[in-house]
Amino acid sequence: MKSFKLLTTGFLALSLAAASASAATLDTVKERGKLLCGSNGKTAGFSAPNAKGKMSGFDVDFCRAISAAIFNDPDKVEYIPLTSKQRLTALQSGEIDVLSRTTTWTMSRDSGMGLSFAATTIYDGQGFMVHKDLGVTSALELAGAAVCTRTGTTTELNMADFFNKNKMEYKPVVFEDRSEEKSAFFSGRCDVMTADRIAMAGIRANAPGNPDDYIILPEVISKEPLALAVRSNDSEWFSLVRWVAYALINAEEMGVTSDNLAKMLKSEDPAIQRLLGVNGNLGEKVGLKKDWAANAIGAVGNYSEIFERHVGPNSPLKIERGINALWNQGGILYAAPIR
Amino acid sequence: MKNVTHPSGAGAIPGSSFWNQPVYRSLIIQAITFALIAGTGYYLISNLVMNLNARNIPIGLDFLAQRAGFDIGDAAITYTAQDSYGRAFVVGIINTLKVSLISILLATVIGIVIGIARLSPNWLVKNLTRGYVEYMRNVPLLLQLFFWYALLTHALPSARQAFNPVPGVFLSNRGLFLPTLESDSGFYFLLFGLLAGLTAALIWRFRANTLQKGTGRQLPVFWPFIALLATGGLVGWLLSPQGITVDMPALKGFNFKGGIEITTEFFCLMIGLVTYTSAFIAENVRSGILAVNKGQQEAASSLGLSPVRSQRLVILPQALRVIIPPTTSQYMNVIKNSSLGVAIGYSDLVSVGGTTLNQTGQAVECISLIMLVYLCTSLATSLFMNWYNASVALTER
Repeated sequence: MKSFKLLTTGFLALSLAAASASAATLDTVKERGKLLCGSNGKTAGFSAPNAKGKMSGFDVDFCRAISAAIFNDPDKVEYIPLTSKQRLTALQSGEIDVLSRTTTWTMSRDSGMGLSFAATTIYDGQGFMVHKDLGVTSALELAGAAVCTRTGTTTELNMADFFNKNKMEYKPVVFEDRSEEKSAFFSGRCDVMTADRIAMAGIRANAPGNPDDYIILPEVISKEPLALAVRSNDSEWFSLVRWVAYALINAEEMGVTSDNLAKMLKSEDPAIQRLLGVNGNLGEKVGLKKDWAANAIGAVGNYSEIFERHVGPNSPLKIERGINALWNQGGILYAAPIR
Repeated sequence: MKNVTHPSGAGAIPGSSFWNQPVYRSLIIQAITFALIAGTGYYLISNLVMNLNARNIPIGLDFLAQRAGFDIGDAAITYTAQDSYGRAFVVGIINTLKVSLISILLATVIGIVIGIARLSPNWLVKNLTRGYVEYMRNVPLLLQLFFWYALLTHALPSARQAFNPVPGVFLSNRGLFLPTLESDSGFYFLLFGLLAGLTAALIWRFRANTLQKGTGRQLPVFWPFIALLATGGLVGWLLSPQGITVDMPALKGFNFKGGIEITTEFFCLMIGLVTYTSAFIAENVRSGILAVNKGQQEAASSLGLSPVRSQRLVILPQALRVIIPPTTSQYMNVIKNSSLGVAIGYSDLVSVGGTTLNQTGQAVECISLIMLVYLCTSLATSLFMNWYNASVALTER
């Protein structure tokens, strides 16, 4: 009977292990002492190692903000590099806590996959980049072209829709990894590369030779709201991720920056007092301390600072705010109020 | 005392306790092992189903009938984005099988040549082939694929400046474009002509064989065989009422239209698989030849057989018995290694399955399907090679 007992204890231990895996994400993160952030690691401007070998970029800063909100330290993050094919499965299976990797929020991903999109971080759209010497000025002249893209992206589907809708034939060449995709495009294997326009601006900025040899065509063929994603079985964690992102946008709206944070902590404005936890304790509602947002802003700055640092006009990507400006400045960036 | 004199028997030993009876003990151990394996399997599967349910992820293969919505660049059967995920999978399977089969054939031919050349008395031939084998099998295949892909895409000209050595043949970094034969009914005439030619050729070979067995006189077989086959095909073509036209590829817009296209991705994967696998097969061939007794070679020479004929008629048939079993596993490696094509943009099963996985979120089902296909093709290869191995085995009389 000894072996039978052993068997039952074994199964119990296994079930317990499985049970703890589905415990509250925030508790798991705190216990582990770091956040597991699904990232790309190869897209300049969004997430790539900087000159010091540290991960840096627009997507990375949102993970740093979440880490700062939880631990008051933006560096308690482990970045898990994922291909576009792996990313959703990695999140489903609990390999990462949050996915911050230029992932488009779509209905089919938001329903029936066990995932939820917490907040849009940037509004992008799909476009085409071509070799300048082809003399192409519009995406409607691309009939018959060889098009490079990556597997497992909405890009792949939008491309099919666009060419089919306009009755143009084309030859897709689909890669697993961005490095090979870029190499194939720059070598001329493909006439066209298609991706989200902001990410593509980063690829163009780092083109071998002269970036001016390549042009990004004016057509925007899709809506790509790139958003933070979490598992849908933990609504508290979902709220935490959403409100950290919203806090950064609200901070820009209120003029709170990482530089003037100390001064703003003494502000008389009740909205700023609520945001920074001077008055009330909204952080408690998402399981955090009351200075959560102040810590996040202090670590990475507000939305505008993040944007300017990694993708804005003074960065190598040279992207204008455009539709990513605040709602009261002509854009569509609108975060629900913190109150 | 019968039980004591035959302790190895499975019968019960009187007088010893229940636990010390070999028959019960062995049964219990087997039962526990089985229960452990079945229990773990059941636990894992039920855990998976529970977790998928908890996350609202549907289970099942229904998604295969849905519209795929993505295009595949290199499809052997007609396929558009309007077709189902199931059909996309089939396209992927065909692409995997296509590159595997062609690579296996070429790797075998090159492997045999290199394996024999490694045993050549000529210093240069011996060492060149040795260098080939050592380099090819000691560098990871994935790196070799990246190398070939970077080389071909960067070294070959763009589509507009494509090499055009013969009319209708274009080579660029898009791939190789060749003319094809086009006809509606002409193909049947051609096929019929070829069949007639083949029958005539087989009859000729049979006659030559019987003549040699009966009288010892040898008739040429190889060239008449080819000539009869070609004549049959030619007559069939000439007899076809509509004639057969040649479809020439031509540059239209960005790409070549018409003819047949061998894409750079397919070609690179094939080159990589062929060079890598042929190195292993060459070593199998070399070991097989070395395993044949030296006396066989001497006997063949003393009978007056030329070196080529003694290799073909005496050495290789005996060496095959040693060569085939390890080569079977190389063939299976080709099929499995073809999945690396996803890295250089070849639309194989893994690439298509991966896209499907990402669009539908059905990770478990997609990966299981991919694994099942590889398992089945490998088992089929193994079965075929075992049958072939049995057919060349030494029949003892």
